[in-house]
Amino acid sequence: MIDEFDLTPNQLDALREIGNVGAGNSATALSQVINKKIDMNVPKVSLIPIDEVPDLVGGPDAIIVGVFLRVYGKAPGNILFLMPKKSAFYLVDDLMGRPHGTTQTLDEMDVSALKEVGNILTGSYLNAFFHFTNISMIPSIPSLAVDMAGAILNVVLAMLGQMGDHAVVIETKFLAEDDSVNGHFFLVPDPGSLGILVKAVGVE
Amino acid sequence: MADLIKVGMADYKVGRSPSTLISYGLGSCIGVSLYDPQRKIGGLLHIMLPDSTQARSSDNPAKFADTGIPLMINDVVALGASKARLVAKIAGGAQMFAFSNATDIMKVGNRNAESCKQILRRNGIRVIAEDTGGTYGRTVSIDLSNGSYKIKTIDRGEKSI
Repeated sequence: MIDEFDLTPNQLDALREIGNVGAGNSATALSQVINKKIDMNVPKVSLIPIDEVPDLVGGPDAIIVGVFLRVYGKAPGNILFLMPKKSAFYLVDDLMGRPHGTTQTLDEMDVSALKEVGNILTGSYLNAFFHFTNISMIPSIPSLAVDMAGAILNVVLAMLGQMGDHAVVIETKFLAEDDSVNGHFFLVPDPGSLGILVKAVGVE
Repeated sequence: MADLIKVGMADYKVGRSPSTLISYGLGSCIGVSLYDPQRKIGGLLHIMLPDSTQARSSDNPAKFADTGIPLMINDVVALGASKARLVAKIAGGAQMFAFSNATDIMKVGNRNAESCKQILRRNGIRVIAEDTGGTYGRTVSIDLSNGSYKIKTIDRGEKSI
């Protein structure tokens, strides 16, 4: 097993590039869903102390909408698609064909629609990983929560916390051209999975 | 204005009246508070996992119930609290995402709560109130002037235990 901490700059680059293609796929998918141009940044692959992860999305008490999927296969991990509440409500108004500003709380249909968006983004994202590594990564059904960022991130941080004090996250930010929708897409590989992925790419 | 002292994830702080200790956004984590009502000294610990012996070694004992709680007890006693008078309140331990095939770690909230109670009992400290479980996040704070333990949620309001 390659330890996360020992990744070479080339290996980090390779992961970033795969993340980039994956995020590109996802951005395209999302822009088709809401019929708007979506910008995304070049993914960051970072190793950060676990207790600082909630700061990436506005601090532990920021209210966010999170779609969580577990990834199964030879390189298991977790996917989290996180949006500020306002963005999620805007997106759901779009999806449901309602005037913007209608949604104040999420009903069952809204939740289902947002989960489906999480599904679409995840599928297109993981396709890129399969393309480069030939390792299939199979997502679970999505689960959704509206809550404090710290609490939502707890689910992955507890998993990582068993293995160490740091997390490797592959993170991409999305932003619609008119600022209406923004979100973070995280792939958080289980400890050990990154080594498997990197090895499959064949980068030293 | 009394001090508001923040306690991060996998961390703990101790203090005395009139300070308030606060920890934001607990999901499966547990906020364990200790309080000596006579000396008005207490502490707040934010643990992530139940048991350090089931994890790879860590530099941070405050991450686990079994190593974090004794550490906080020592520190509140060093500050002047009496161990015999200490009472504990705990909150957190939610399961944020419901999965039919949830792995053990997704249900870690339950085990966190059980472990905290067990470790406290083993140390001779009474748990006088708890608010654990559920599927929602909590922000917790203890007011060291009176020992009131406040729990804030997003959709379920606010309460003190």
